[in-house]
Formats: sequence, structure tokens, C-alpha cells
Amino acid sequence: MAIEHFATLWQWSPTLGAGLLQNIQISVGAIGLGTLLGLLVGILLLSPLRPLRGVARLWVQVFRNAPWLVLIYFTSYVFPFDVQIAGTWVAFPDWLKVTVGLALPASANVAEIFRGAVASIPATQWEAARSLAFSRGQIFTSIILPQCLRRMLPPWMNLYAVVTMGTALASLVGVHDLIDSAQIAANTVNRSGFTVLVYFSVLALFFFYCYPIARLTQRLERRYAF
Amino acid sequence: MPSEPLIQLRDVHLAFGDNPVLRGIDLDVQAGQAVSIIGPSGSGKSTILRCMTGLLRPQRGNIRIGDTAVEQLQGEAGLIALRKQVGFVFQQYNLFPHLSVLDNLLIAPTKVLGRPRQAVRDEALALLDKVRLGHKATAFPGELSGGQQQRVAIARALAMRPKLILFDEVTSALDPEMVGEVLAVIRELTEEGMTCVLVTHEMRFAEEISDQVYFTEHGRIVEHGSAEQVFRAPTHARTQAFLQHALGEGSQRPSRPAPDVLTNLGRYSLSV
Ligand SMILES: Nc1ncnc2c1ncn2[C@@H]1O[C@H](COP(=O)(O)OP(=O)(O)OP(=O)(O)O)[C@@H](O)[C@H]1O
Ligand SMILES: [Mg+2]
Repeated sequence: MAIEHFATLWQWSPTLGAGLLQNIQISVGAIGLGTLLGLLVGILLLSPLRPLRGVARLWVQVFRNAPWLVLIYFTSYVFPFDVQIAGTWVAFPDWLKVTVGLALPASANVAEIFRGAVASIPATQWEAARSLAFSRGQIFTSIILPQCLRRMLPPWMNLYAVVTMGTALASLVGVHDLIDSAQIAANTVNRSGFTVLVYFSVLALFFFYCYPIARLTQRLERRYAF
Repeated sequence: MPSEPLIQLRDVHLAFGDNPVLRGIDLDVQAGQAVSIIGPSGSGKSTILRCMTGLLRPQRGNIRIGDTAVEQLQGEAGLIALRKQVGFVFQQYNLFPHLSVLDNLLIAPTKVLGRPRQAVRDEALALLDKVRLGHKATAFPGELSGGQQQRVAIARALAMRPKLILFDEVTSALDPEMVGEVLAVIRELTEEGMTCVLVTHEMRFAEEISDQVYFTEHGRIVEHGSAEQVFRAPTHARTQAFLQHALGEGSQRPSRPAPDVLTNLGRYSLSV
């Protein structure tokens, strides 16, 4: 019985593997885009100009406090199916929309991580650098940022793990990800024992992808705690 | 015969909100002199040093360092020019934790002064030898003791080739057994003729190395004069009371410190 289910699972494993790759693709895209956007928003958060700060703060508040599923629905139904770039129509596939949908809250979180890291550098570092005749910009790039990047790494990796888990939402807007593949497998085989097994496998795959990241994060946290 | 002083403060007033911290400070430092500022906690000693390097701006009065009227500096460029000439050493060392000891010394001369890295590197290694930390060039600040970090901080200030150095209670955060090694470095600097302004609670040390001593209280200079005069024959009652307390009634002061005693300052260290 059980052996038979495992054999079936083996047959389905290419489909499940392709689904997992889809999740990984979305998560990497979302964290990449989210990090670029987030650093930009984070720099604006520290801007001396009030209107810029205001816009950045609004961005952070809106996207940090919106349920991720709502953002994914939002990007899935607001964006068109294809866009015209330089005269040719380029498809805007669902997985890309989900990537953008996850990149929005990721960017808000990256901005907060960045702002927090900058604020966590003691004022005495600024003072020491100022009394060595550094300019404001030099202090930022040579003294503050390098210390921030180290401090940002653990929470950033943590965020990546959370984003990866968030990619499970992609199946709800029709992306053929791991959950979707598992659903298809379960429906096709239509045996309750197999259904349990396939969802356990999904759980295990997510776990074995995210757990090493969490462990590495912990190690880095300890290493960079100066 | 005293020439034009390198540092001159005249009637400097500064208040934080409605808390007056400096209430008319006059102070002169000749080039090559070591000047100590002593006084009770909160009397404005750190504030005086911060004004000198433009970290704080007084509301009234004049501060001249070399040819620079510090209180008139507008914008960053003027302050940067000033700070290239004025070293500052902090109580908490404030080394850059992400850089090795050597890079802590190199970063300002290369990035700020734009000097060639190789030349600065040779100089920095010589400075590390001078503060007896040549073997720690590749270490990171977190791996050093407090006394070692403070010596790196002094070397870092020296690497900018400043005209003068301000020391703000640089031994107060140190364990007693490390105070001596830091004071030895400062003593060497003063002997070489570096202009030094020290805020310190190390009364014996101040007495030994200072050309001039200023005693501050409540934002005013209560008394100033040669080390000999201020420590041996203070005229003001407040100074007398402060010194009596600072030096401790019980501790017997040697009438004339023997040279061999001075090489080991560890046991002279006092904290107020
Ligand atoms: N940034 C600040 N904002 C408000 N008040 C301040 C600030 N810095 C210092 N003060 C106040 O100014 C007064 C003098 O401070 P200062 O640090 O110059 O004293 P100090 O003589 O160096 O004392 P200590 O020996 O404790 O270092 C204190 O009452 C302090 O509370
Ligand atoms: Mg002080």
C-alpha cells in the first residue's frame, strides 16, 4: 500500500520538482526586485527632504500592512496580460505578476531593515568620522553603509525565507507552482493516502529549502554581533 | 616670551536649550604646550573641546584655532578644513569596528586627504609601532583590549598629521591596569612637542605633563595657571576643595615625583 504510494510519488516527482523551481524562481525574483526597490525607498526614508521622506514612509506603511494575498490579487488583476515594449507585445505571465506582488511587501520590509540598520549605528561613529574630517557623504559610504550591510544580512535572509513561504500563495492565481502541482497530483491519483503523502512532501520540500537559510541566518547573526 | 597662541577662546557662551553650560570661557594654548582642563563632572569640559573642533557651535564668543575663526565657519568645507588640523580622541575610543586596525589608520588620510595609500601605509605602521601595537595591524578593534583600542585611536588621530590633539577623558573607560600604557603614549607626544589639550581625571598625570592647567566649574574657568601653581598652591577655595577630594585625603602625595616612579603610572591612576 504505502510502497505503492511512494512509487506514485516518484512518478510525480518531475512535476513537483518543476513546481518547486517555479516557487524558487518567484522568490528569488521577488527578493531581488524587493531589495532594489527597498534600498531606494530606505534611502528616501533618510532623506533630508520632507516630501521625499513622506512618500517613502507611505510606501512602507501601505505595503507592510497589506495582506500579501491581497497584493498578489492586486498585481494579478490590475496588470494587463501583455505589455507593448518597443512595438512588440510581450507577455506578462502570471508568475511575474506574483513576483511583483511579493516584491512590494518585500521592498517595504527591506526599507525598514535598512533604516533600522542605519539607526543602529551609534552616533559616536558619526562623531568619530566627522572629527577625522570626513564629509557627510563619505561618512555614509565609507563608515555607516559597510557596517549596515553586515547588520542587514541576517534580517534580510530571514525575509527571504518568509518570501519563499509566501510564494505558496501563487497557486491561488493559477501559477503552476509546487502547491498547484501537488493539487493536480492529488486529484489525478485520487487516493487519500497519496494526498496526505504528497502534501507532506510539499511541507518537507519547503522545510528543507528554508531551514538551512534560517540556520545560516542564526550563524551570521552571532558572527556579526559586534 | 609667549607668541600668538595656537588656540584662543574668548568669552565663549553655550547653552543647551535653557541650560547654560559654558558661561564665558577664556582659554589660551600655545603651540607645543600641553594644557589640561580639570573640574567636576558636568562642568562643561567636554563641551569646550567639542566647540574647538566645531562639533558644537557656541552662541557667543570667539574661538580661534591657528588662522581659523571657528565660530564663523559656515558649511561643511570650512569645518573639514579645521578638522584636518585638529585630532580628537574620545573616551569610548570609537574605532571603526568593520575595519582592521591598519585600515582604521589609513581610511581618513587616503579618503579625506587623498594621500597615496602606500606612503600612508608606511607611516601608519610606524605609528602603530610607536604606540607599541605594530603586531596588531591586521587585528580588528573587537579583538583588542580597551587600552589597546585607545592607543589605536590615538594613532588614528596622528595619522592625519594634526597640528593639535584634543583628548577627552581618554582613560576614564579603562581598567586601572591599562591606564598607564595610554598615558605613556600621551606623555611621549607632549615630550615631542605635540600641542595637546586634555580633559582628564588623572590628576597626577595632569600635574606631571601639563604646562597649563584650567579648573572649570559650572561653565566658568575658576582658576588657571601652571601645573605647579594650580596643584600645589591653588588660590581658589573651590579648586582646593576639588583637588582635596580628587587626590584623596588619605593618599600621600610625593613632594617630587622620582623619575622611575613616573614610568609606571598604573598605580597613580585615580578615577573621580
Ligand atoms: N547634547 C547635549 N544636549 C543637552 N545637554 C547636554 C548635551 N551635552 C552635554 N550636555 C549638558 O551639558 C553639561 C556639561 O556637559 P559636559 O559633557 O561638557 O561636562 P563634562 O565637564 O565633560 O562632564 P564629565 O566629566 O561628566 O564628562 C552637562 O550638564 C550635560 O548634561
Ligand atoms: Mg566629559
